[in-house]
Amino acid sequence: MVPPATFTSYYGRPVLKASPWTDDIPAYLFLGGLAAGSSLLGAGADLTARPGLRRTSRVAALAAISASMAALVHDLGRPSRFANMLRVAKPSSPMSMGTWLLTLYGPMAGLAGAAELPAGRLGRLLAPLARPAGLAAALMAPAVASYTAVLLADTATPAWHEAYRELPFVFVGSAAAASGGLGMLASPVAESGPAQRLAIGGALLELGMERRMERSMGLAAEALHEGRPGRLWRAAERLTALGAVSALGARRSRGCGVLSGAALLSGSACTRFAIFEAGQESARDPRYTVVPQRERLDARLA
Amino acid sequence: MTTNPALDAGWVDPPPRQGFFTDTSICIGCKACEVACKEWNAVPDDGMNLLGSSYDNTGALSGSTWRHVAFIEQPVTTVPLGMPSIGLPGQQDGVERTDFRWLMSSDVCKHCTEAACLDVCPTGSLFRTEFGTVVVQEDICNGCGYCVPACPFGVIDKRVGEGVKNEGLAQKCTLCYDRLHDGLTPACAKACPTESIQFGDLDDLRERAAARVEALRDSGIPSARLYGESPDDGVGGLGAFFLLLDEPEVYGLPPDPVVTTRELPAMWKRAGLAAATMLAGAIAVFGAGS
Repeated sequence: MVPPATFTSYYGRPVLKASPWTDDIPAYLFLGGLAAGSSLLGAGADLTARPGLRRTSRVAALAAISASMAALVHDLGRPSRFANMLRVAKPSSPMSMGTWLLTLYGPMAGLAGAAELPAGRLGRLLAPLARPAGLAAALMAPAVASYTAVLLADTATPAWHEAYRELPFVFVGSAAAASGGLGMLASPVAESGPAQRLAIGGALLELGMERRMERSMGLAAEALHEGRPGRLWRAAERLTALGAVSALGARRSRGCGVLSGAALLSGSACTRFAIFEAGQESARDPRYTVVPQRERLDARLA
Repeated sequence: MTTNPALDAGWVDPPPRQGFFTDTSICIGCKACEVACKEWNAVPDDGMNLLGSSYDNTGALSGSTWRHVAFIEQPVTTVPLGMPSIGLPGQQDGVERTDFRWLMSSDVCKHCTEAACLDVCPTGSLFRTEFGTVVVQEDICNGCGYCVPACPFGVIDKRVGEGVKNEGLAQKCTLCYDRLHDGLTPACAKACPTESIQFGDLDDLRERAAARVEALRDSGIPSARLYGESPDDGVGGLGAFFLLLDEPEVYGLPPDPVVTTRELPAMWKRAGLAAATMLAGAIAVFGAGS
């Protein structure tokens, strides 16, 4: 245990500004990941003739990405100016890159999802487009799941920036766990094998990478262990572990699959909210800004 | 001679880079800069508060505060000279008499050479002017708020307040972009009665600051130091830099700020690896088993 570091600040006030983002953003992190994982499952199920899994996954991706877009627009200071995002394409701005990615991914996931909805003439019109659209969405999906880690890490917020090495792996693991969980929850047991394996693999990747991240973040890791973010973080860990264990029985028992799916979905949501809120706290407390920078500066001057 | 970020931003034949040198050793805490900035830029009221932090009732820079005067009261132990002195009223015998010093500093947007706010802005609202400064175009900003956590100094913020001008948009010091076009000094520097806030060509200001810090040290103030004048620091040097009399964190400034986008290539690489892992995993789960 590192002894509590003493540091100087201006009346204990923050050096940094916490992001003005509301719960819309962690909700988007969760839903965007769920959409991405579901697009992958949907495309795989389509190619391997699993119509039940295909249907639930494509519809899940459509619903999750639609809710994501609504959350993102709602979080703007001027929602009516959303289209200003499309004035430029800036590689130095993860939000700009993400907007363009969603602009391409959204319609593809939407098309594949819409083809699954009960519709007369429109459904028949969309049917031949569903497979290419679903495959295009699946190819972009991993980027949709991982870029959000860069979105958070490319800030001065200590608990986000210091996590940049492992955070993309935590996020894709969390996305895979959530979408695999939903696949087990909502598709026929006979077709749920890939969803089960994706869920277990995602949960293990997430849990493993989180432990590594906690070690590499330095002081900022403390923000993940204190207060409300700490409670969310512990809940995420337990739910994800429970989901991974109960997924083992999902092929034999419907109950196991449902339990696992519910645990993994809520675990993934807790992970996103924990990391989001830990970042906000780490920006509000000057300790996370001053102590590591002072140590770095003193080491350089020594 | 330093590189001009206006050239990197694509300006052809730009004027010399303009900036501020805030010499806090002669700041008297009058807050004329705060008032002049509000008046000239029509920055709305940000609340009437008593913060209990010396004479600072402003608190911090924000969407509606573009100059902020910090007041720090520090106890200083004086060397007894054996002279007769007058104690404090009601002073107890045996209680050590401490003197105190008052540090005052007018904080402002740093107009970084490598500006994270500008890098991450997804609309192109934040841009590099021909003067090398960083300015928000308020008709383009959509209030996404990404610049706010990106700034390593906690300067830029979304403006809050029901019905105020530019509510919900990111706002900060423009280094009086409009006044610069007319060859005028920014409002805060113009109003500063002690020339603690100096405005001019950044190269000139750096020379002036180097001479000033030297003079202060020679006259027995070894704690005088420059903050943000070096183009070799984590943000490529500040367009608005400072002479301080104590460590930066005492004034609420980060001791060793680094622009977050320096590590962006590494971040994209990690995200690419993670995405590849996810794709490979998805292929594997359909390949394995039944």
